Amino acid sequence: MNWTSSLLAGFVGTLVLTSLEAGAQQLHLTRMSIPYLLGAAFTPNRDRAKVIGFLVHLINGQLFALLYVAIFDALGEVSILRGAMIGLGHAAVVLLVVMPLLPAMHPRIATLEQGPTNMRLIEPPGPLALHYGLTTPLMVIVAHMIFGAIIGWLYHFR
Amino acid sequence: MSARIGDYAIVGDCRSAALISRGGSLDWLCWPHFDSPSLFAAILDERRGGRFLIAPSGTFRSERSYAGESNVLVTRFLTAGGEVELTDFMPVLEEQEAKSVLRPQHELLRIARCTRGEVEIEIVFDPRPCYATIEPRIESMGKLGLRIQLPGSGLLTLRTDAPLGEGGRARVTMRAGDELQFSLSLARRQPAVLVPFGERGRWMQERSIALWQKWARQTQYDGPWRDAVVRSALVLKLLQYAPSGAIVAAPTTSLPERPGGDLNWDYRFCWLRDAALTTRALYGLGHHDEAENFMSWLLSATNLSLPKLHVLYELFGRKPGRERTLPHLSGHAGARPVHIGNAAVGQVQLDTYGEVIEAVAHSVRCGGKIDNAIARMLIGFGREVARDWDDPDEGIWEIRGYGRNFVHSRALCWSALQRLIDLNQQGHLPKAPVDEFRKARNAVREEIETLGWSEELQTYTRTLAGGDVDASLLLLPWYGYCAPDSPRMLATWRRIRERLDAGGGLLRRYHGRLTAGEGAFGICSFWAAEYLALGGGPVAEAEEHFETLLRYANDVGLYAEEIEVSTGHALGNFPQAYTHVGLINAALTLRERVERGKSALQRERQKMIPEARA
Repeated sequence: MNWTSSLLAGFVGTLVLTSLEAGAQQLHLTRMSIPYLLGAAFTPNRDRAKVIGFLVHLINGQLFALLYVAIFDALGEVSILRGAMIGLGHAAVVLLVVMPLLPAMHPRIATLEQGPTNMRLIEPPGPLALHYGLTTPLMVIVAHMIFGAIIGWLYHFR
Repeated sequence: MSARIGDYAIVGDCRSAALISRGGSLDWLCWPHFDSPSLFAAILDERRGGRFLIAPSGTFRSERSYAGESNVLVTRFLTAGGEVELTDFMPVLEEQEAKSVLRPQHELLRIARCTRGEVEIEIVFDPRPCYATIEPRIESMGKLGLRIQLPGSGLLTLRTDAPLGEGGRARVTMRAGDELQFSLSLARRQPAVLVPFGERGRWMQERSIALWQKWARQTQYDGPWRDAVVRSALVLKLLQYAPSGAIVAAPTTSLPERPGGDLNWDYRFCWLRDAALTTRALYGLGHHDEAENFMSWLLSATNLSLPKLHVLYELFGRKPGRERTLPHLSGHAGARPVHIGNAAVGQVQLDTYGEVIEAVAHSVRCGGKIDNAIARMLIGFGREVARDWDDPDEGIWEIRGYGRNFVHSRALCWSALQRLIDLNQQGHLPKAPVDEFRKARNAVREEIETLGWSEELQTYTRTLAGGDVDASLLLLPWYGYCAPDSPRMLATWRRIRERLDAGGGLLRRYHGRLTAGEGAFGICSFWAAEYLALGGGPVAEAEEHFETLLRYANDVGLYAEEIEVSTGHALGNFPQAYTHVGLINAALTLRERVERGKSALQRERQKMIPEARA
């Protein structure tokens, strides 16, 4: 494994993924903001949560980049397409496993069983994160495929 | 004969609600959420809608009440041979308790106890899922109860110790001391949890009552009308969808606004129009968690449409699906059509900007903060208003067809701009383009004072250069547009009474083709009481007006959207959050007026709007 290359790929990939999500929010395609959701686990202050969440997201991105690279090494091949396919699998895990589990793990995300006195304030993502907007799953898939493609692209030139 | 709208009472768990008639019939239940398709809908079609009846088989009289300040309903059936008490509720638990017990995802408990003599009870369990488009097969699982497979891997289960077979019907003779329990539950995408009978049901009842009473005790209102105010607060709480914070206008669809008529709409959505008044009611009663949860939903829901606002949103802030009619349902007391979805979502209502901005401003007055994202959003709203305020719109009453120039919409645009300027001056919105907002605000006021005032009729008018009034004009002082005892407002109040007074303290919303035959509007009648309390009249008159309106609640303190003028019966969707919000706000303003006097109240209002009279 080439550590420098994988860390650079993870850094760039995460920046692009975060930018895509922020762009989708500003285009009113989704209400989902991964940095905000991550940061809100630490603080109720929305502005501060986004900063903390962004840093946590960057660290997560590095860790996931290492995982992608490990898969490339195991497969013995690295390419943009392969990276995008791993990204597709990653998005599927996010949408099908992580999002439904999020309310049970996050201190400020409401659960569908919530009420009347338990008043967590952040709405739950719901199946496939559809509660955050109908195009949210598409956005998650595209962003993760691009994340994977970038890692495949940058790691390829080690 | 079908039950009247006012014959129903509501039980719920802040995710969904059921309506149960005075005769023990559960006639409306949408699971798992307020806006899900119905499982029981006899309220909309007595013959084929589906019901869950528990009542004496012979002649009886019934009395009912909630168990103290709770949402647990107790109906007493009195017959010649004895008495049976039926307790209906959706179990609710404190967070820690809820974590310690295994329970169904959604449950409604019905417990029948014979308290005297001997009574034969009739039980009819006849669910008709998906707005009665499905006639389901009831399977008996022996001691595990009755089960019904629903579309989409849902399972409806009824566990009971009554001898109920696959036909879903039984007659049981109960003697003093006998008890029957019915646990109706829904499982979705998970195995069903099969609850035991007996002690567990009684424990759930006790804990649910304790939870509601604890919540009600936190209501900061000790005035003379505490019972009505707390009941209204409990209704508002029930209608708040806890997972997102949204507050539905009502838990029903298509209950008619005129008897047998066609003004039948789906109210299981959240209207931004209600935002400011609802926020004030919740904060005013000290229910800050609920207010903040609602504000959180409001700011999140509007995110996808910024800087435009839709008129209404569904529970998670999405745009509701298109409006459809259900021709197979005969409607409540024959009032067709039955609608699901609401076409008002596509309308333009400029007043919503004023409502949302006032809601945020009120939360700031109560200690809330404006972060960067909210600041950007508010400034975006302000720019929309500054640009579009002189466009026609469908207005607060959502009149379908074409837009008009409503004075109420203009006044709310004025309020939106004024509040943004206030927030800027208070240091909450430093980047707001206040010069642009001031210019637009002054132009709006200029237009209202010239075209929205009729010298001939001596009143603010419903539409610019119009010839009639609208009860929504009573809100002008509420938003600080003018003083309640300003000459123009006093004259407008006189004109509104002349034109819209329906007798008995009731007000109609306006006169028009669509309103012919409909009832008086509950919220408009409470606006009148609050206008008087704000300073539009003597405090005694305000109190008398308010007390008159309290008589139109049904036997358990609930209001629909409208009140039939000739009979006082409830009309329209039920119970309606907006009417209960009107009751709470009128009571709060009356309390302030009595405690601090008219001049203090007006001084505070003026302080809130430093440039209102600039």
